[in-house]
Amino acid sequence: MSNTNLYKGETGEWEVVIGLEIHAQVVSKSKLFSGAATAFGADPNTQVSLVDSGFPGMLPVLNRECVRQAIRTGLGLNCEINKWSRFDRKNYFYPDLPNGYQISQFYHPLVGPGKVLVDLSDGSQKEVRIHHIHLEQDAGKSIHDLSPDKSYIDLNRAGVALMELVTEPDMRSVEEAQNFVKKLRSILRYLGTCDGNMEEGSMRCDINVSVRRPGDEYGTRTETKNVNSLRFMGQAIEYEVQRQIELIESGGSVVQETRLFDPTKGETRSMRTKEESNDYRYFPDPDLLPLIVEQAEIDELRESLPELPDEKVNRYVTTFGLKPYDAQVLVMEKETTQYFEAGLTDIKNKKEGPKLYANWVTGELFGALNKESLGVTESKVSASHLASLINLITDNIISGKIAKDVFGYMWTEGGSPESIVESKGLKQVTDEDEIRTIVADVLAKNDAKVTEYKAGKDKLFGFFVGQVMKAMQGKGNPEVVNMILKRLLNDE
Amino acid sequence: MSLTFKTIKEAKEGLQNKEFTVKELVQEHIDRIEAHRQLNAYVTDTFEQALTQAEQAQQRYNTGEARGLEGIPLGIKDLYCTKGVKTTACSKILHNFVPPYESTVTQNLFDAGAIMLGKLNMDEFAMGSANLYSHFGAAKSPWKNGEKHLVPGGSSGGSAGAVAGYLAMGATGSDTGGSIRQPAAFCGIVGIKPTYGRCSRYGMMAFASSLDQAGPITRSVYDAALLLEHMASFDAKDATSKNVKVPSYAANINKDIKGLKVGIPKEYNMSGMDPEIGKAWEEAQQWLKAQGAELVEVSLPNTQYALPAYYIIAPAEASSNLARYDGVRYGHRAESFENLNDMYCSTRGEGFGAEVKKRLIIGTYVLSAGHYDAYYLKAKKVQQLIRNDFKNAFKDVDVMLTPTTPTPAFTEGEEPKDPVTMYLNDVLTVSANIAGIPGMSVPTHLTQAGLPIGMQLLGPHFREDTLFNVGAALEEVAQFPMFPKQ
Repeated sequence: MSNTNLYKGETGEWEVVIGLEIHAQVVSKSKLFSGAATAFGADPNTQVSLVDSGFPGMLPVLNRECVRQAIRTGLGLNCEINKWSRFDRKNYFYPDLPNGYQISQFYHPLVGPGKVLVDLSDGSQKEVRIHHIHLEQDAGKSIHDLSPDKSYIDLNRAGVALMELVTEPDMRSVEEAQNFVKKLRSILRYLGTCDGNMEEGSMRCDINVSVRRPGDEYGTRTETKNVNSLRFMGQAIEYEVQRQIELIESGGSVVQETRLFDPTKGETRSMRTKEESNDYRYFPDPDLLPLIVEQAEIDELRESLPELPDEKVNRYVTTFGLKPYDAQVLVMEKETTQYFEAGLTDIKNKKEGPKLYANWVTGELFGALNKESLGVTESKVSASHLASLINLITDNIISGKIAKDVFGYMWTEGGSPESIVESKGLKQVTDEDEIRTIVADVLAKNDAKVTEYKAGKDKLFGFFVGQVMKAMQGKGNPEVVNMILKRLLNDE
Repeated sequence: MSLTFKTIKEAKEGLQNKEFTVKELVQEHIDRIEAHRQLNAYVTDTFEQALTQAEQAQQRYNTGEARGLEGIPLGIKDLYCTKGVKTTACSKILHNFVPPYESTVTQNLFDAGAIMLGKLNMDEFAMGSANLYSHFGAAKSPWKNGEKHLVPGGSSGGSAGAVAGYLAMGATGSDTGGSIRQPAAFCGIVGIKPTYGRCSRYGMMAFASSLDQAGPITRSVYDAALLLEHMASFDAKDATSKNVKVPSYAANINKDIKGLKVGIPKEYNMSGMDPEIGKAWEEAQQWLKAQGAELVEVSLPNTQYALPAYYIIAPAEASSNLARYDGVRYGHRAESFENLNDMYCSTRGEGFGAEVKKRLIIGTYVLSAGHYDAYYLKAKKVQQLIRNDFKNAFKDVDVMLTPTTPTPAFTEGEEPKDPVTMYLNDVLTVSANIAGIPGMSVPTHLTQAGLPIGMQLLGPHFREDTLFNVGAALEEVAQFPMFPKQ
């Protein structure tokens, strides 16, 4: 298989190898080992318990809901669930780490191998393997820019549950990496296990990048820390690939190290090399018992999983005849599907209706939303109103063209499509007599063109249709107009 | 005779019968504490609070609502966090720390009506066997060898010294490798380390989380049983505490040991044991036999590895547990420093004593990359072997009898100077912590020179009731002379 993602260097082609470590904040009312709240944006140090702040004699107590969330995530990503796992301490000193250790699952993670299907723009899919997912605590936040000679610590985040998801080095392009994160984010949001909000730090990404000659062994990788948007991911990978290729081609070699992404410059820079890295002295946390999960609990969680993006796409394609790409667009954001499915029950024509409705959601509705930078939950047209509009089209009450106008009114003025059609007099005219009168009138006014048409200038048919529609303010039923026009032109 | 000489059982009866008031009982203790400051048992007094509580306790006696330990004055080891009362673990690094919370064990005691006289001296962060390593200076045993005091043992040296010297009717201790049983033996009193998970560790400053366990130190087996049943509880705030019903240990003591199988572990007869202690052990065996128990020789083949394993696991956990004392949020912080790293080094360098530093360095070493497998992991495997040893041995016997320490208490100033000899003090006690089983020390003999000797009883998990029963039987035959009531 040819690889179109290769990078051209001075000395030949290079392939990029990407693996990701994603920290996803678990949706949970309280922290992983304490009862403190986890809401975003609270005043500093207002969501901190004695456990989170490392007071003497305080002990961690596992929040079982976080475990259930991680299991849901594992099941949603086709992963194995380890019925026996354990928490370890990762020891290092830093002021925003109150205990001097982070509780994590280094040796025995809760969730084992799995895989995610990533949708690519050329319509193909790529399988990315998950190595494991483990639960761990977040650290607090050090604030260095409030005072010239003091640092401040906010422990609100300290102890918040994170899932660290580690992939195999299976991605070979920026697009694959970005779309993996998009897909992952979509699945986590469907599952309700992570809100996927990258700006608020609910999802952060460490990127492992190496380059190699196609077919060669893996090269030496660097790890770029804490990248918090898809765009930055792209920049960080591109920068790292170019840097590594130039380094190797100029006779140097890549050093295994941790690098930091600088979003203002779009660059990565060295943070610490492998030799300088901490010795974290991992060992099992003696305050906690091994984490045991029963098969019954796994089964119960599996049964309660919602329909996930891939399943939805399949269903939309097979039951509604949507194109896979359109289905993927509808499904990517959980809220869009919710909107779509909310209106679906109101669609009367079960055959043509859903597909038409889907096209309206991804076409007209998305257009209007994007214009005003709104999310689908902020839509000014409700799902049931949009479905009613589709019903008016499939019932031949208005044409698709008129429907666009009606949608415009619905967006700007509100109200149901029926009432707009009624009050603005936009109902389609299908009455043959009425149409025949207007057609006859148009033909009479365009004597010369009728003659030309009859002499063989077929193209003029469209002109006549346009004139009739204009005279009818677009309300003529197109089929009836065509039929009568043909009949009168040929009969004469 | 001073009310302080009474056991808890006697004091409760006296209070019930209105022979004296709670206030009198508490006040006599306060007076005696003031008169015996040279023992350096208390590092913080809570006399005012105690007298206030005494009045409330008296009310309950007057209205017939007295609880299990109503009005009993106790001392609390200074690693139990006590709400609003300075708690330091006898370390400079926490010299100013006042917890805004109460440990579960002390809360349980207070809920049973117990009164706190103050906080008791200990080896810094419970690391030590002679109570020499305290920021507040050494605690002393009331017992003397000639003119000189004995060391009270450690780490619960203040607890043992206070109870032996009648400065409290009982005390809390904590035991990671013998820190309740060894000082109890040195001071001629009773101390029990219950099964791991019997008492909650919530609010106890951690030394080695997987080994630490709370327990009482008292002047009688009955009193130990009574205190333990009011200290122990299942606690959702401690994931390692066990949801096993707490029996009425004291009420169940009947001293009937007929037919009971008492194991004598042959590996405990080790070189370096003081001959007088060996002899006492022999005699204690015969006492039990005379009361109808059957003596059975048992083998705990991995005993020799217990002490090395202990001195890897405990420092490893400590090196991580004590990382939180960093000068950032509470406790001591160095006055001047250049940068963050310097702040850590100076704060911890100034705040921790030499013994704690030694163990933190050992612990850091055994967990570091390249040494983890050879030390920590191997020690954890040894731990499993030792657990299996006990599991197998307890198939054949109900309880085991051993000496508590290989030697009697050192005289102050004559303690061994090299750490390894000092650490050997724990050789007979650490196995119980490593296996998580209960162990109790009961005073049985005095040496020729008049130094106390204690015998240790070991039982299967959650069979504290057996230990109390055998201990009470032993106590009755031994008629050990408590420290003179003067």
